[in-house]
Amino acid sequence: MSADPRDEIVQHLPALRAFSLSLTRNGAVADDMVQDTLVKAWSKIASFEPGTNMRAWLFTILRNTYYSNRRKAGREVSDAEGVFTESLSEKPAHDGRLQLADFRRAFVKLTDEQREALILVGAQGFSYEDAAETCGVAVGTIKSRVNRARARLTELLHLDDDDNLEMTDQATMAVVTGTSPSAR
Amino acid sequence: MGHTRSKDKESEVIDENLKRVYQDMLDEKVPDRFLDLIAQLKSQDETPTEGEPK
Repeated sequence: MSADPRDEIVQHLPALRAFSLSLTRNGAVADDMVQDTLVKAWSKIASFEPGTNMRAWLFTILRNTYYSNRRKAGREVSDAEGVFTESLSEKPAHDGRLQLADFRRAFVKLTDEQREALILVGAQGFSYEDAAETCGVAVGTIKSRVNRARARLTELLHLDDDDNLEMTDQATMAVVTGTSPSAR
Repeated sequence: MGHTRSKDKESEVIDENLKRVYQDMLDEKVPDRFLDLIAQLKSQDETPTEGEPK
């Protein structure tokens, strides 16, 4: 009678790939991680508590696999200047808008732990509590990683320069409201 | 105007860009290899085999 919780896994594939790419910054490595995660999730499904956050559960498997590989390699599996920044299509930039390419270049310079925390909280919309559980650390640790990640990006992108912020802010508002500053 | 407000604004700009980058990744088509893998895992469950998988 009870549905197999594994039937839900497929719904999380896009998020799992996005998270994996954010963490590894390398398309090939990212997809290998996703593959490992799927196989593990399939066999470990008994450890998933129905009714809890399956996406967080899958992310946990993926990140544990990644960090365990990293430990074995003894370094960050890095492809800093590479695939992450190139594999994605570029959107046209309007005057003054913070260019996504610039943002990506800054983003890949964060530490793995900072990227992970920022993606979970800032992009994926996890609560600090869910992010902390996913990463197996205290809530305070996640908060400080997110803060440090934001501070580092601010520095790399020179957002603390008032003029820059004014301009990007306008462009950001344009994105949010769906109006283009150059059109009309 | 104050420092706090500009810090909020910095976070806003960062999160906005972060979401755009993340959304681009979410919008990517999931490669067939993952759907195939899931189908394969599923069929292994249904017909347990003695021999080596695949």
